[in-house]
Amino acid sequence: MTATTEINNIISEENLVYKKTSVLLDNEMHYCPGCTHGVIHKVIAEVIEEMDIQDKTIGVSPVGCSVLAYNYLDIDWQQAAHGRAPALATATARLMPDKYVFTYQGDGDLASIGCAEIIHACNRGENIVVVFVNNAIYGMTGGQMAPTTLDGQVTATSPYGRDCGSTGAPMKISEMVSLLPGTRFVTRQSAETAGAVRKLKKAIRKGFENTREKKGLSFIEIVGTCSSGWKLSPTQSNEWMKENMFPYYPLGTLKDE
Amino acid sequence: MGDVRLMKGNEVIAEAAIRCGCDGYFGYPITPQSEIMETLMIRRPEEETGMVVLQAESEVAAINMVYGGASCGKKVMTSSSSPGISLKAEGITYLAGAELPALIVNIVRGGPGLGTIQPAQSDYFQAVKGGGHGDYKLIVLAPASVQEMNDFVDLGFELSFKYLNPAMILSDGVIGQMMEKVELADYKPRWTDEEIEKISGSWATNGKKAGSERNISTSLDLDSAKQEVFNHKLQAKYRAMEENDVRYEKFECDDAEYLFVAYGSSARICQKSVELAREKGIKVGLLRPITLFPYPTKQIQEMLGQVKGILSVEMSAGQMVEDVRLAVNGKVPVEHFGRYGGIIPTPEEVVEALEEKILGK
Amino acid sequence: MTEEIIIAGFGGQGVLSMGKILAYSGIMQDQEVSWMPSYGPEMRGGTANVTVILSDDRISSPVLKKFDTAIILNQQSMDKFESDIKPGGTLLYDPNGITRHPERDDINIYKIPGAALAAEMGNPKTFNMIILGGFLNVKPIVKIENVKKGLEKSLPERHHKLIPLNIEAIQKGIDSVETVVAL
Repeated sequence: MTATTEINNIISEENLVYKKTSVLLDNEMHYCPGCTHGVIHKVIAEVIEEMDIQDKTIGVSPVGCSVLAYNYLDIDWQQAAHGRAPALATATARLMPDKYVFTYQGDGDLASIGCAEIIHACNRGENIVVVFVNNAIYGMTGGQMAPTTLDGQVTATSPYGRDCGSTGAPMKISEMVSLLPGTRFVTRQSAETAGAVRKLKKAIRKGFENTREKKGLSFIEIVGTCSSGWKLSPTQSNEWMKENMFPYYPLGTLKDE
Repeated sequence: MGDVRLMKGNEVIAEAAIRCGCDGYFGYPITPQSEIMETLMIRRPEEETGMVVLQAESEVAAINMVYGGASCGKKVMTSSSSPGISLKAEGITYLAGAELPALIVNIVRGGPGLGTIQPAQSDYFQAVKGGGHGDYKLIVLAPASVQEMNDFVDLGFELSFKYLNPAMILSDGVIGQMMEKVELADYKPRWTDEEIEKISGSWATNGKKAGSERNISTSLDLDSAKQEVFNHKLQAKYRAMEENDVRYEKFECDDAEYLFVAYGSSARICQKSVELAREKGIKVGLLRPITLFPYPTKQIQEMLGQVKGILSVEMSAGQMVEDVRLAVNGKVPVEHFGRYGGIIPTPEEVVEALEEKILGK
Repeated sequence: MTEEIIIAGFGGQGVLSMGKILAYSGIMQDQEVSWMPSYGPEMRGGTANVTVILSDDRISSPVLKKFDTAIILNQQSMDKFESDIKPGGTLLYDPNGITRHPERDDINIYKIPGAALAAEMGNPKTFNMIILGGFLNVKPIVKIENVKKGLEKSLPERHHKLIPLNIEAIQKGIDSVETVVAL
């Protein structure tokens, strides 16, 4: 018996402990090694499968690295202009109140150019889930400074380190939106360990359950990495995130009503 | 006769939206068109037809709400005035790029910049030639009466769904603010989910059906070869509009030796100018483009054997006159007369301009 | 029949609503109508004017330079519109607050003490209906019963109890016109 046949024999229904959800498509992801997007996509796909809402879920993808998110999840998608995903989701959720609508946005998209749209969608308490991936940098355009970039952090447009004196302080969006009465659930999660991924999945599931119960807006921030933009290896990125991001963007639930 | 009322053009837009089965309106206040959203808010269509009406945080958000709603296969619309339309330009080109049907109403005011709140027609280029980026066209309807404000809401939706392309009603403060007799349309129910499935099931993002492909509403394709093919498809669509959906009206053209070309409120003024000029013995007619895109190029060309000169009359520094000149291609003199910055020309002024610029030659 | 009218005065005198009732009355007798206000900052406390056209035929321009009739309710409007009346046309004005009376001799001129009569009636809001009555005396282009129908259609139900008072004011206006120049 060769090694390959041996492995193939092991892969059988009765031995399965993990299976990729069918909501996640087989298209090869364009994300860089070590990027957090892939894990977050998988978690959302699993929640959609487990809640059996594939035919009722509409995702709204942003402009940024996850602009092509629609290539990876087997659901209906709308691809928004930069920052405008919450506006699309607002209309979609209001016009089809029995559907599950979520936006998937990065920190440049949500916290910079789309600041007005997200604040007002939160304030109106739209019945949607917002998945906000914060890696403190613009990934797709080549590692420029974002509103969430940390003090002193080197990026392509802050080559000597971010100077908060002239560019403002990194924005704590979750804290900001948690102050708005329209938000029901605001949490900050991560995805760098198996335990963190399990907690993230619980949070995303809670978000979609809130939609089902018409509770209003669930805001799920995920502190993630950008190895390419940070110019670190995936392992170093996780370390850097824990040392620098977590103290400034503490994990945990800010609001759960 | 149906439901006949005296109404403002802006109010009629709102009433027509409710009655034609519109699913959603998303807007932001700006003079001189705020009555559209105000009328909708007073009417409470949520309770009557289920139509959603929402005051957005900005024009940018409003047009993107339209993008979201249109993506679901719903009949959705927004309205604004010139500075607000500039803000919406981004969303409009995305709608065109994603081949989404939607209705946008522009009650034009004088510009550039914040300009004035008085009527103008200085957004012709923006509406007809682009406004946003990329090779796209809007279906542009130019009502010249309150009745047409009513009729073109339904027509705008019809054409935008026919071609899967955004349509614009290009009007101005004259038509928006004035009251005329209007016969309102009968109520059409909003489309049911089954009807939407039948009409837009192949593209609407309203939940992936079991056993069928998912739908994606996007204007992005990073593959240039595919993007070129897509652009060919768009261009073919625009040619089909030119072939099948040009609308225009002729007034006193049978024996005309001279011609006014004017749209919207200017066409109304020119109608009076035709009367005044004919009292003076000048045989002038009026050709009124109703669709500004597709433009009645052929219809202008058909007049060339008969007319000795054309005056294009607009409340702008001369925008539509370029399309008249393209149609005429130098065969007869074409001149422009316009007042702008919010000044409305008088019928008498238009006759004087005809005498000076065309007859005087 | 086509009648092209400008009504001009101060904001708050009921210029726009008078025009609206006149237009509605035209609809009630199957005529084409248009009502084109000046709008914008002018509306806020300054002068207000509205062009009203009633016609048996399709109406061409809702914006005009020359009028068959001008109804003038303050001095600024007199200065602005007296010269815009077509020769042989009509000017009706309220002399209250007028310091320079009309000077043309090629038009019919009438006056009506609208403000004084409204004060007499104890209700300043009847002013514009008194003026409308004056106009209908000079140019009976709409029937009183159609004005009544127009009022019913244009006023919200809760204001319908005011219709008799309005009709009374219109009648008062009809009875109170004084001819200044008749061609």
